[in-house]
Amino acid sequence: MPNAAPTLRLEGVTKSFGPVAALRSGTLVVQPGSIHALVGENGAGKSTLVKVVGGVHRRDAGVVELDGEPVDFAGPAEAKAAGVAVIHQEPASFPDLTVTENIFLGREPLGRFRRIDRRAMRDKASGLFRNLGVDLDPDRPAEGLSIADQQIVEIAKAISLDARLLVMDEPTAALSAVEVRRLFTVARGLRDAGKAVVFISHRLDEVADLCDTVTVMRDGAHVSTDAVADVTPDELVRRMVGRDVAELYPKVASTPGEVVLRVEGLESTGTFHDVSFEVRAGEIVGLAGLVGAGRSEIARAVFGVDRYDAGRVTVGGRPLRPGDPAAAIAAGLALVPEDRRLQGLVTESSVVRNVSSVARKRLARLGILLPDAEARLARDWSGRLAVKAGALDALATTMSGGNQQKVVLAKWLATGPKVLMVDEPTRGIDVGTKAEVHRLLSTLAAEGLAVLMISSELPEVLGMADRVLVVREGRIATELSRAEATPEAVMRAATPGASRSDSRTEGAA
Amino acid sequence: MRTHARPWWQRALLTREMLTVLILVVAWIVAASVVQGFDGPLTITYLVLDVAPVLLIALPMTLIIATGEIDLSVASVVGLSSVTFGLLYQAGLGLWSATLVSVLIGAVCGAVNGALVAYGGLPSLAVTIGSLALYRGLAVGLLGTTAVTGFPEAWTDGATENLGESPYPVITLGLIALAAVFAVLLHATPFGRNVLDIGRSKEAARFSGVDVKRTLLILFVLSGAVSALAGVYYTLRYGSARGDNATGMELQVVAAVLLGGVSIFGGRGAIHGVVAGVLLIGVLGSALRLESVTVNVINIVIGTALVVSVVAPRIAGGLRVRRRAAAGQRT
Repeated sequence: MPNAAPTLRLEGVTKSFGPVAALRSGTLVVQPGSIHALVGENGAGKSTLVKVVGGVHRRDAGVVELDGEPVDFAGPAEAKAAGVAVIHQEPASFPDLTVTENIFLGREPLGRFRRIDRRAMRDKASGLFRNLGVDLDPDRPAEGLSIADQQIVEIAKAISLDARLLVMDEPTAALSAVEVRRLFTVARGLRDAGKAVVFISHRLDEVADLCDTVTVMRDGAHVSTDAVADVTPDELVRRMVGRDVAELYPKVASTPGEVVLRVEGLESTGTFHDVSFEVRAGEIVGLAGLVGAGRSEIARAVFGVDRYDAGRVTVGGRPLRPGDPAAAIAAGLALVPEDRRLQGLVTESSVVRNVSSVARKRLARLGILLPDAEARLARDWSGRLAVKAGALDALATTMSGGNQQKVVLAKWLATGPKVLMVDEPTRGIDVGTKAEVHRLLSTLAAEGLAVLMISSELPEVLGMADRVLVVREGRIATELSRAEATPEAVMRAATPGASRSDSRTEGAA
Repeated sequence: MRTHARPWWQRALLTREMLTVLILVVAWIVAASVVQGFDGPLTITYLVLDVAPVLLIALPMTLIIATGEIDLSVASVVGLSSVTFGLLYQAGLGLWSATLVSVLIGAVCGAVNGALVAYGGLPSLAVTIGSLALYRGLAVGLLGTTAVTGFPEAWTDGATENLGESPYPVITLGLIALAAVFAVLLHATPFGRNVLDIGRSKEAARFSGVDVKRTLLILFVLSGAVSALAGVYYTLRYGSARGDNATGMELQVVAAVLLGGVSIFGGRGAIHGVVAGVLLIGVLGSALRLESVTVNVINIVIGTALVVSVVAPRIAGGLRVRRRAAAGQRT
């Protein structure tokens, strides 16, 4: 559409929180009928920009136009009414309502006597899903919907509201490969229907696959906008970090030592079955598989936050009491959990309190905790991990995802663990910090730490792990050596229904 | 990296707790200059004697509310402990053994609450409303509408005597000591850190190896035991063991804790603020009583102060957001 106004035009938008300028110069122009990628490190200002567009934040200065009309949203409701829909990474829905009711909540079609016309509502919902080309039962309750399905429900809701602009904020971070493909099909359908789509992602392969235009942001400002075909992923990374990423997966060769963690016949009815493996000192064992295959659940059971029905866990030859995280910590286990903000950190607490949260018992003298001891520990570890914060008493909630993850790592390394289990260690983290985390894990392993790494990012698993265990539907389907672990081999083992040419080499115990 | 973003005096003075301290000081000055007889030495004596049970119970209550839970059964435990103490005295037990048994019974009451909340996974609000009725019912049932009186003068004097010639009762020392113990427990031990972590995020605390259930159980046991101790004091102070002693006191306790800056949502709170909150309610109460204001009006004043203390942070937060938005509009 030449000469037509772009669906969204942001120019020189600024937004500060106190002294912190989250957005220094936000510029983004999105044409109708296009999928526009927005990329940048965490803290680059993408989320703030999205919140300005979605009416959550009010800009300090700059221009925001929708279809050529200047707009100034006082709240999310106004943005929604103007045709802006933001699809969150993990949408919130009402679990007790049906999918249909969730879509039409608060604006149900009314029939005679102002009663809700359930039939019309249901028909509309199934029509929406049909148009999106997805198979979702409009009558099922929202409870138990996968994250992917919840996103689809959100998209359906947006379309029913006649949204012109859909912003998807890191929608694929928690999706499996199949779900990502379905989402992409839906996004392309929206594009072909003339909608403007903004797609935020850390995965540049997805950007190349899906989007036609890409805007790079860094430090709260616009860096570049190009047609996707005109830039290479390497070039994008360079622009995002403002420097060359030295080496993405700095794997240090190390010779595995003694078995530190041994898991035998671990069983949790309905979740995972007969899981046996071991991790040696100095090696990184990757736990690959689809989302929902039971990898996180295995790690949680080993650590003791969840219980298991059968099997046993030994650390350094000593059996570990089930269901007791404190005992696991005392035995030298550490778990960097999947959900950093909910499980990894007390986000309302300071860096000091978080870093010292597990080690604090050891810091106490005669039961009394001296603030100095905590601060020293926190300064030491946040220094080693290059945590960026205004001060040690800054709240974790004010920090970027990458820095938060460093705080979680610092908190566990401060306990001097023998086994470090990391669950999605770099999810939602910017490219620069990602490389730092990889380098750290590699160094730690070389120093003799046993590392169990759960990751949904294949390049990460293949780049970092000495051995890869592939989990499929709650079982360890296969074990691959570093040499055997190709993307094809891992995906074949991970996908239910794929050829079962693998043979699990039994634990090597 | 700097340890703190702000200098020490700002961190110490610009806090929610110091606001309560400031209001307390202002209320005191106003009362002393306006209310006839407020600045006499007797005022201090009666103030301490009156607030003592509320202060005692407010200490463990601070920790419980800091975890995001609540214990509404405390005043009923006071009543039950008053009755058991009276009956034990009648049965011929000495002061200390009767006190010890009463406190143990209080601890059991707290353990029942704690077990239902921590291990039963039930909401503390529901559990302790239930046990509020249960423990009060037991107290009244045990003694009926009669009272045990006639405690030895040596016992009752101990509860009301002054320290030498000073206006301060002897029990002041005990109150200060116990407040200090709870302050250290909350602010300078791993246990206290865990309490605040639980209030901010139970899930994250669990993933850090904190035994959330055990921590909650301990807090409810402490609450029951300290409430029972307050019950023994209450009995001796008024020389009468009755099943309906201290009815409704849980509201004063919760009000004092919240006035003292403890967040009803958990995760935030400090003992010095709560002590100030207790004294503030005490000062308001005795000033108004000296002015011959009725109990109903005093309750209205305290209730309003409580609602304001809970609502004010919300309004302040809302105003900040609006001011920022307005500033954004101008540029």
